Amino acid sequence: MTKLTHLTMADALAGLAAKEFTAVELTQAHLDAMAATKELNAYIIETPDAALKQAADADARYAKGGQRALDGLPLGIKDLFCTEGVQTTAASHILDGFVPPYESTVTTQLFRDGAVMLGKLNLDEFAMGSANITSHYGPVISPWSPKDAAGNFTRKLVPGGSSGGSAAAVAARLALGATGTDTGGSIRQPASFVGIVGIKPTYGRCSRWGIVAFASSLDQAGPMTRTVKDAALMLRSMAGYDPKDSTSIDVPVPDYAAALTGDIRGLRVGIPKEYRVDGMPAEIERLWQQGIEWLKAAGATPVEISLPHTKYALPAYYIVAPAEASSNLARYDGVRFGLRVEGKDLKEMYENTRAEGFGAEVKRRIMIGTYVLSAGYYDAYYLKAQKVRARIAEDFTKAYEQCDVILTPTAPSAAFGIGEKMDDPIAMYLNDVFTVPANLAGLPGLSVPAGLSGEGLPLGLQVLGRPFDEATVLKVGHVIEQAAGPQPLPPLVS
Amino acid sequence: MSLDKATVAKIAHLARIKVPDSDLEQLAGELSTIMTWVEMLGEVDTQGIEPMTSVVAANLRRRPDAVTDGGYPEKVVANATDATENFFSVPKVVE
Repeated sequence: MTKLTHLTMADALAGLAAKEFTAVELTQAHLDAMAATKELNAYIIETPDAALKQAADADARYAKGGQRALDGLPLGIKDLFCTEGVQTTAASHILDGFVPPYESTVTTQLFRDGAVMLGKLNLDEFAMGSANITSHYGPVISPWSPKDAAGNFTRKLVPGGSSGGSAAAVAARLALGATGTDTGGSIRQPASFVGIVGIKPTYGRCSRWGIVAFASSLDQAGPMTRTVKDAALMLRSMAGYDPKDSTSIDVPVPDYAAALTGDIRGLRVGIPKEYRVDGMPAEIERLWQQGIEWLKAAGATPVEISLPHTKYALPAYYIVAPAEASSNLARYDGVRFGLRVEGKDLKEMYENTRAEGFGAEVKRRIMIGTYVLSAGYYDAYYLKAQKVRARIAEDFTKAYEQCDVILTPTAPSAAFGIGEKMDDPIAMYLNDVFTVPANLAGLPGLSVPAGLSGEGLPLGLQVLGRPFDEATVLKVGHVIEQAAGPQPLPPLVS
Repeated sequence: MSLDKATVAKIAHLARIKVPDSDLEQLAGELSTIMTWVEMLGEVDTQGIEPMTSVVAANLRRRPDAVTDGGYPEKVVANATDATENFFSVPKVVE
């Protein structure tokens, strides 16, 4: 029999319903796996007692035959979601000791549907990063990192970021699925780096209420899972209108799993020519071509499209996102929650608290944001970036007159080692070159494992869709998943 | 756009982050690299384009102006370093 930790969410639900194992056994198997893999640093805090209690409640419901959509499924929660009574850090020193007295809407809905929380997952500080190396709690190590015969790492690979703990945990079988958030690629890029599925839904699809804010016009929550079907199941629970988020959209949430028919005949797949960036590795280009061939074989029609402002997406993002972050992070002042470092007066207390509480990357972004919003520079930088953002969104609107979905690589490379790409912030930012446009335009985007690099590391393909058409995005992702076939396990997983 | 040390010190002050003088030089270099890189946005023709402030419909929903939440000050101040009688306390501001 398959190890309990290796089951898909769909198979685990079937096994629980058939009484092949209990939710407590399923949860305990994950807690044991977590205890044995602390070296990955995937979890910031584990909540075994609460998890076993939730699992026992699920078992009671199964016994009565009244189970819920995700009943008894052990999940990891990115530590950016506020969880009532459980420390929430955003991987920042400045949130030391913060215990939310409320529950985020997304986790409330997951628990409503019976999900079990194993713990809170590591991430880049305030979700700012693409390698999970900016966490106050230390970097997350990818389960794809190679080891020597003595069991020591010969190279520590990053799991991507910012949802690096979520990605590592799902790939390493330390959770059946996990929540992520995606502001510029933070679900899709790590999913690609560790060989799992991740979807950033349309902006407004999942409530942002109770998620620690980074850049409010870009942030969106989504599931990270090992199969497209699991992403469909989990997204259905996470999504939905919430009056507590003024940008949440009141549209029905479809049964995404029912959309996975495999039938994409006649679908027009846009291939944006501007995504053939200079210096893109040949293996990424080959993977992309392979993806096009798979979709063609399934009856879809590739269409070359143009998204002329693609190269301006990253610089526009690096004005808009820091600007919003500088405003959102103004709340961390040592008064209402988290760290306080005393000073001789109120102003110095603010300055000391923020100097000690924020890490280098967060400070850099707050300062960029403060600068582009300051008197004399607002029009030249912030307003200009918002206008460029409008042109990027317009590119997609025009493209969707010619196609139904868009296929691109998820990231311009496979995972790299911890310590690489650290000197130049822009080299790190380039990780998100293919994912950022969907955030600027608010569109849904999925990363699905499609093969391995020459070094044997996972590579993902990205499917972008029309607003609120996650169903088609998932359907196309499912076809790629089926065509790519079973993918190998990370070397650290047995 | 190149930022000098004085500008970085001013931004740090506006952002209420204490930056030691010894760090200003390096920070100025890092921020200048980023600000020079984003200058490429100047190439984009944005004549007559409205700035995009939101990806969702511009009209926010309305609701009755009624109190729908609250009444638990002890929960509100529960995470404060220094909460006295359900107030947030800060160092003395007025002499």
